[in-house]
Amino acid sequence: MVTRTAEPRTHYLNVSYGVMSWLLTLDHKRIALLYLISITLFFFLGGAFAVLIRLELLTPAGDLVESETYNKLFTMHGVIMVFFFLIPSIPAVLGNFLIPMMIGARDLAFPRLNLASWYIYTLGGLFTLVAAIFGGVDTGWTFYTPYSSIYSNTHVILTALGVFIVGFSSVLTGINFIVSIHKMRAPGLTWFRLPLFIWAHYATSLIFVLGTPVLAIAIVLVALERVFGFGIFDPALGGDPILFQHLFWFYSHPAVYIMILPAMGVVSEVIACFARKRVFGYKFVAFSSLAIAALGFLVWGHHMFVSGQSVFASLVFSFLSMLVAIPSAIKVFNWTATLYRGAIAHDAPMLYAFGFIGLFTIGGLTGIFLATTAVDVHVHDTYFIVAHFHYIMVGGAVMGYLGGLHFWWPKMTGRMYPEGWAKLGALLIFVGFNLTFFPQFLLGYLGMPRRYHFYPDEFQVLNVMSTAGASILGVGYLIPMVFFLWSLRYGSAAGANPWDAKGLEWQTPSPPPPHNFPETPVVKEEAYAYSSQEAERG
Amino acid sequence: MAEGTTVLEHQFDDLDQQREASSLGMWVFLITEIMFFGGLFAGYAVYRSTYPDAFAEAGLHLNVLVGAVNTAVLILSSLTMALAVHAAQVDRRKALVVFLLLTILLGTVFLGIKVFEYADKFRHELVPGYAFAFEGPHAREATIFFSFYFAMTGMHALHMIIGIGILAVLTVLVRRGRFSSEYYWPVELTGLYWHFVDIVWIYLFPLLYLIGRA
Amino acid sequence: MAAHIVPKRVYYLVFATLLLLTLVTVDVAFYDLGILSFPVAMLIATTKALLVIFYFMHVRYSSPLTWVFAIIGFFWLMILIGLTMADYLTRAWISLAGG
Repeated sequence: MVTRTAEPRTHYLNVSYGVMSWLLTLDHKRIALLYLISITLFFFLGGAFAVLIRLELLTPAGDLVESETYNKLFTMHGVIMVFFFLIPSIPAVLGNFLIPMMIGARDLAFPRLNLASWYIYTLGGLFTLVAAIFGGVDTGWTFYTPYSSIYSNTHVILTALGVFIVGFSSVLTGINFIVSIHKMRAPGLTWFRLPLFIWAHYATSLIFVLGTPVLAIAIVLVALERVFGFGIFDPALGGDPILFQHLFWFYSHPAVYIMILPAMGVVSEVIACFARKRVFGYKFVAFSSLAIAALGFLVWGHHMFVSGQSVFASLVFSFLSMLVAIPSAIKVFNWTATLYRGAIAHDAPMLYAFGFIGLFTIGGLTGIFLATTAVDVHVHDTYFIVAHFHYIMVGGAVMGYLGGLHFWWPKMTGRMYPEGWAKLGALLIFVGFNLTFFPQFLLGYLGMPRRYHFYPDEFQVLNVMSTAGASILGVGYLIPMVFFLWSLRYGSAAGANPWDAKGLEWQTPSPPPPHNFPETPVVKEEAYAYSSQEAERG
Repeated sequence: MAEGTTVLEHQFDDLDQQREASSLGMWVFLITEIMFFGGLFAGYAVYRSTYPDAFAEAGLHLNVLVGAVNTAVLILSSLTMALAVHAAQVDRRKALVVFLLLTILLGTVFLGIKVFEYADKFRHELVPGYAFAFEGPHAREATIFFSFYFAMTGMHALHMIIGIGILAVLTVLVRRGRFSSEYYWPVELTGLYWHFVDIVWIYLFPLLYLIGRA
Repeated sequence: MAAHIVPKRVYYLVFATLLLLTLVTVDVAFYDLGILSFPVAMLIATTKALLVIFYFMHVRYSSPLTWVFAIIGFFWLMILIGLTMADYLTRAWISLAGG
């Protein structure tokens, strides 16, 4: 492996040195890397909690930890993974890095806000970390009242405060993306020439700004009730605990689209490049992103079918939930059509994209089962739900994130990762993931409830399989971690466009210069302008 | 010296783009504020429709005159804010400072009146969780009314305080000659925020003070 | 594209109207309009809000993009309140099997 010494060219990594040049940077690319570090730390912290959960569940008895401790384990796993990993991941790392480049701009609209966003994320993370150190919280990541507002004796407010604060980080990112995409596109870059990654992040940003504030106020109300004894969710005063669930899920359902839309954006980019074809039905995919964002706000009650919500409302939410599956399905069909007669290469990013399509489809279809009220009544709060959302969030979102990291790693670092190891990592992750979570569909269907650390003996085999899968999955995650770090020093130098991909980000050197482009590009062609010969050649 | 050129940020091509981007950014932020207060309004809607009598009875404990005066104060402050923006657009620095200071003054008057109201609630023991001695058949649900009263007006007051802080900073910057008719939109954007806070009160006033009066 | 400068007399007019509407809403509150009390109060409040939005916040003179975002905000608020109320208003409609 020949390592070329760094070229004397100035790029965003070497333009200045020292810790302060990073902590006070206004460069969206550096901020993206700051996020990469923080998010990776939280991913492994959340993963550590998952390890403890799976270890406990190896045996039917609750013998590794006390019930109270187990409650804290799954709560911290959920809080950290949802709020500090999944929601920020792709937008904060890949979105921050790529959006200005993809639109031909020098930076985002509000660079100082961007840096503030990272600091706020870190502050929120600190609060939650401190809460974890001081004993954690045991309400479940969903903070349901009245347990969270009145009865729990754990660090609810501290943790919730961390979540509240990190919400501002999301909002600022969303504002930055929306304004940048509207106002800073290069000449010639009309809306329908934008990469679908941009459409996906635009839709995600709409969800950030419309949904996050409602979670914020829900948290404030829980805090007011805990601290001041305000009776808002207290049944003794005539309050309704379900109101919290309405406010909570109004955000938290669209939040899952925050997690998946950016991954879908990644998949569109990767598939076009590695099939050497423009994405089939570009406008359908673009509008589907918006439709998912919009419809995603109309379905939150499907988390509340057994909560005491009115039957009529449940029917309405059930019907609307069926509708929201349609744009997702449209995307899957369009990606498949893109692959058809494409010149398909099996580089690691493409393997992750394939994994995404398959696993997201499974997760999404099981979502339809759950949208059917009569089914949900039986499997709600069982491992069926756990499997469903992990298929989407891990099989979907995390795969998308990893695929995107692989795809754009050469652009971000100027280094190639080792392809053989990357394929191995992808394979282990795929196998480990399915072994972990498919048994959980069966467990849930057979009646094993979630959030319990003991279970009937007959469920042990499936639980052991699940834990075995988790260990493979863990190894699979460590492999990219190691080789990405390795590549920073020993990876071969990547050129400006190692994948020969279309897109403005590939028209500038790797790593990019501080202001992205020597001069503002002028866009004259459609997105994914791969020639038809390239496709047929395969 | 053309002051405009020193305020153009590197990511923008020209001041027009910068102004439009900044304005859009503020509007998107205001959307987040709509949804933030919206959660409170949704909760209020739920409980008012469930306990109409309790809410009507509890609402009578608020002073309509005081609330109306405060509403007028805030509307006046929106006028002075709009006039401040106007002054900024036509580069009338002295007028701009006067109107900003008036807005701050009126905002402070509003908050002062709110302090007076809150003190009154404490004296009459109408503070849920602290001291709540409500006479009447709907004492339980009245707690919810007053919880929302304090949560909504408290959150509103917090936004006022932040707004006054921003206005103060803005006034200092104006005195330092930071703005001109070429670069004035931080004043305009602060105005957008201030007017939004006014709009929240425009809804809070009838919802909290004017129920059960007939 | 320079921003539009609104004449001051427009501001004074809007201010006077807002004060007037405040007086109206207080006055009307003391009449028993039955089921109309709430809609009337909200109508007056919305009129006041629209005056602030269109004139003080310059939306009347702004680009369609600003209009879109202003509308989206209120529309989404309606979704939140509307669908949440859909639960509370219909709880008595259909009862679950078994009572």
